[in-house]
Amino acid sequence: MSAQAARKKDMELVLDRPQSLKDVPWHFCPGCHHGVIHRLVAEQIDNFGVREKCVAAASVGCSVFLYDYLDIDVLESPHGRALAVATGIKRALPDRFVFTYQGDGDLAAIGTAESIHAANRGENITVIFVNNAVYGMTGGQMAPTTLEGQVTTTSPYGRQADGMGLPIRMAEVMATLEGAAFVTRVAVDSIKNLKKARAAMKRAFEYQIKGWGFSFVEVLASCPTNWKMTPEAANARVGGEMAAYFPLGTYKDKHAPKAD
Amino acid sequence: MAKRVMVKGNEAVAMGAIAAGCRFYFGYPITPQNEIPEYMSAELPKLGGTFIQAESEVASINMVLGAAATGARVMTSSSSPGISLKQEGMSYLCGSEIPAVIVNMSRSGPGLGGIHPSQGDYFQATRGGGHGDYRTLVLAPSTAQENYDLTMLAFDLADKYRNPVMVLGDALLGQIKEPVELKPYRKKPPAKPWALTGCAGRPSQLLKSLYLADGDLTVHNWNLFKKYQKMRQEARHELYRADDAEVILVAFGSVARILRTSVDILRDKGKKVGLLRPVTVYPFPDEAVRAAAQAAGRLMVLELNTGQMVEDVRLAVEGKAPVDFYGCPPGTIPTPEDLAREVEKMWRKGGGR
Repeated sequence: MSAQAARKKDMELVLDRPQSLKDVPWHFCPGCHHGVIHRLVAEQIDNFGVREKCVAAASVGCSVFLYDYLDIDVLESPHGRALAVATGIKRALPDRFVFTYQGDGDLAAIGTAESIHAANRGENITVIFVNNAVYGMTGGQMAPTTLEGQVTTTSPYGRQADGMGLPIRMAEVMATLEGAAFVTRVAVDSIKNLKKARAAMKRAFEYQIKGWGFSFVEVLASCPTNWKMTPEAANARVGGEMAAYFPLGTYKDKHAPKAD
Repeated sequence: MAKRVMVKGNEAVAMGAIAAGCRFYFGYPITPQNEIPEYMSAELPKLGGTFIQAESEVASINMVLGAAATGARVMTSSSSPGISLKQEGMSYLCGSEIPAVIVNMSRSGPGLGGIHPSQGDYFQATRGGGHGDYRTLVLAPSTAQENYDLTMLAFDLADKYRNPVMVLGDALLGQIKEPVELKPYRKKPPAKPWALTGCAGRPSQLLKSLYLADGDLTVHNWNLFKKYQKMRQEARHELYRADDAEVILVAFGSVARILRTSVDILRDKGKKVGLLRPVTVYPFPDEAVRAAAQAAGRLMVLELNTGQMVEDVRLAVEGKAPVDFYGCPPGTIPTPEDLAREVEKMWRKGGGR
């Protein structure tokens, strides 16, 4: 129900579309989590009032369509280069809010060098890393985060540790870098996890706005189409098999309040 | 009078960039252009600018993309193998219409090649180099002074056309040390309403090169084409002792500066030789080359490679005059006497009037 309709019927409006989220229909596949994650990002843009100060670096993959939904300035990056592009933006405009929104192929395969070095330089940038363990846009090929045994179009016999390696845990890798200030992994499969994801986004935004440095939110997400699953089964896989290999939690929080 | 300094060619590039208002430089070390990042790393922080030694050439050109998208004047530099790595980013700069300056103090190839002067990157520079149907303006200095002047011009042309501009030198032009007059830069860079600065007081905007809807990319490519046609008016060249020449030599960059002395040597012997030096190699000065061919009746192209620009010369001449070629692959730098001798040899072989 729209806010206007709610008011008309004299009902209390408890949830509305964030101002930063355009009022357009989603094009994502049924059960895809990108829409949910877009909303979480938009909520924090509104929450911190930075819509007019945002310049985002979009990446390549389904994530590129961020600019169709978020009502902010966006620069499209070549595949894997979002964090180099964002570095350029942030260094030129240090008082703007700069974030990247990248998939697993983009951030953890072709863009590994850019990702690691931006973190290591401690760039005051926020990263939203959507890990759905597959290349979505290109039609379901193996990703660096594809789980062992997972069948994809380029691992038709399932991912094997021997010769293909095991999935990369990027949050853990990033947390080892001195330059990374806030590193966390969340999922968006349940109300409980969504609340944690919202809090993590908020914290990541806070890091940049306070000038505390590089913040990184890995979000476990589904891709029912390329997983060849129903939305329900895909959603369950995120909190099950995915979270079992990619443990949820905060790996680094340099400015965490000190316990007495 | 403007201050004169004795500097290396690479430093002249960096000085020209700073004079033109460049405050952001992203690069990666590679010989023979290291004096550019070294100079920038020392000077930019003093001016409130940013120097980043990136993790790769790929990262540095993408930092250029990001900073230039905010409307700032931004530069990167490298040498041949590094320029190959920057081609992806250059294609995106063209596709997204973001201005930036890329300097190639080229060395020799293919592969790791060597650090000798070479003009083996002419094709890569003038044909785009990356994927897609695009063009970059390419300026080819032949002195340290021109390194300074043309780098300043490169920023103006980049902004004028919202397109990357390449300064194509080589190891000789980067390492040579000679006097440079530090002419002040007096232009006012244009407003950039397309820049991404956050959407305060205006609708949000986007810079991209992805066009998926039916027909959109066709329109985008035709629009780019129209811009490239307009860029053709920037063709520049220089003539030396060409007025009554019976043979006009055509050369750019480092070879052209050696050939000036060869022309003098040949003139002293009574040979009526002149020189045409393209200052822009894209757009190529077709009309000037055609006029030179008509006036002299014969052209000779000399390059530090096995024959690249000669193709553009022949395209310009359209078969209406003989075009000879002498190539020096990398490894040795010919002296003015060497080249004068080769010109005489070609001349004796006939083909002219």
